[in-house]
Amino acid sequence: MLKINLDFSGGAEVLFNNIKKRQLSLESEKKWTLRDFLQYMKENLLTERLELFIQGDSVRPGILVLVNDIDWELLGELDYEIKQNDNISFISTLHGG
Amino acid sequence: MELTNREIARYSRQIILPGIGVKGQKRLKASSVLIVGAGGLGCPVSSNLAGAGIGTLGIIDYDNIEITNLHRQLLHSESSIGKSKVESIKNFIANLNSDVKVQTHQVLLNSKNALEIITKYDLVVDASDNVATRYLLNDACVLENKTLISGSALQMEGQMTVYNYKNGPCYRCIFPKPPPPETVQNCGDGGVLGAITGVIGSLQSMEVIKVILDHDDVLAGKLLLYDGASCSFRTIKLRNKRQDCDVCGVTPNITKLIDYEQFCGMAASDKDSGLNILESNERVTVEDYRNYNKDHLLIDVRSANEFEICKLNNAINIPIKRLLADKIDNDLKEEMKEKSVFVVCRRGNDSQLAVRHLNEKLGIRSKDLIGGLHSWTHTIDKDFPIY
Repeated sequence: MLKINLDFSGGAEVLFNNIKKRQLSLESEKKWTLRDFLQYMKENLLTERLELFIQGDSVRPGILVLVNDIDWELLGELDYEIKQNDNISFISTLHGG
Repeated sequence: MELTNREIARYSRQIILPGIGVKGQKRLKASSVLIVGAGGLGCPVSSNLAGAGIGTLGIIDYDNIEITNLHRQLLHSESSIGKSKVESIKNFIANLNSDVKVQTHQVLLNSKNALEIITKYDLVVDASDNVATRYLLNDACVLENKTLISGSALQMEGQMTVYNYKNGPCYRCIFPKPPPPETVQNCGDGGVLGAITGVIGSLQSMEVIKVILDHDDVLAGKLLLYDGASCSFRTIKLRNKRQDCDVCGVTPNITKLIDYEQFCGMAASDKDSGLNILESNERVTVEDYRNYNKDHLLIDVRSANEFEICKLNNAINIPIKRLLADKIDNDLKEEMKEKSVFVVCRRGNDSQLAVRHLNEKLGIRSKDLIGGLHSWTHTIDKDFPIY
């Protein structure tokens, strides 16, 4: 199994049943890209309306995606291949003050 | 610019720090910093920077003080309710450190006035409270080549970073497109703790001082996340400056300021934006509702916490999120189809969304109370709590 840690913050957790941290085990028969994983999240984890999380084939503007605390844009975004024990984070940006 | 004996005594506890010294203190004194927003973040930033002896502070905010500000905007006081926020901070600083020059700008920052204000300062602090102002400020700082120390807070979390610093990314490099308006929460709707804005404002002040002193480890290209609920601090690595960034890239599309409210689809403030999406026969005034004496259902779509603060007699609480997700008890749904249904919320926006959903999706004939509980307090019962 491919074990990963998933966390949400900045309000992104509201889209996923208000759970900030969880651990997941993915079938490791195949390779998992973040593109595959977003699809998995859509089907298995998302508890709010799709458009609050996804726009087009990626995450909507205003949510940062990180792998091991690094912006996914530095890692290949949707094509990044998830590795054992990766920490994947979805962070909604805050605007208040 | 030499330090006076009084200044040497006043700042001695920071002058003796190896990273500051007399040279550093003189730099602070020679600097000017613009603070955009005199609220939850702007208050701690102003007091920290005035205390540290920054020579000139500019403070910009169009707004006046309300009682709902005082739990977190700690430089304002009860006696200043209704008065200007920038003047209130100016008075505070005059008492704390009369050597600091304070320039107040009591205007709403916009595309017409931003550049002429920003150009007068060495660096800029984003202590604002809305998306449109954040994009405006970013673009203005890129055009004027100023570093932007950006903080934000909501509920029990805060975020902080430094944009446009030594070839690092700007706000648009990280967020090329604004978030959909429906996903954005302000402090008035989402809530925020004063300790959170205090932490983030203090962190911003520290980065301001580090930028002025040309310290090595300024938080640029990284984003600090603070979660008060778990007392965790995380620093994440952001992408680099984008070569194709619309404003700071190699061939920018944005070479002068644009209309940011239009770009974001949101107003440049965190005030109530009055929604108006229903036909007049789907709405009633609070007076008409009070005079309605037939059997009916009153649905209150505020959060459970807000419902606990105050409610009208016989109101049934279905928070808007649950209602829009159709998570309504079946018996209640049936009852709603048979009776007259009225929907109320705090200010009369969510109640309209609820009525539209109930009427169009569930075939219920409901009406919203225009202006919500705020209207109830203003026109029916002045003793009903307002928040």
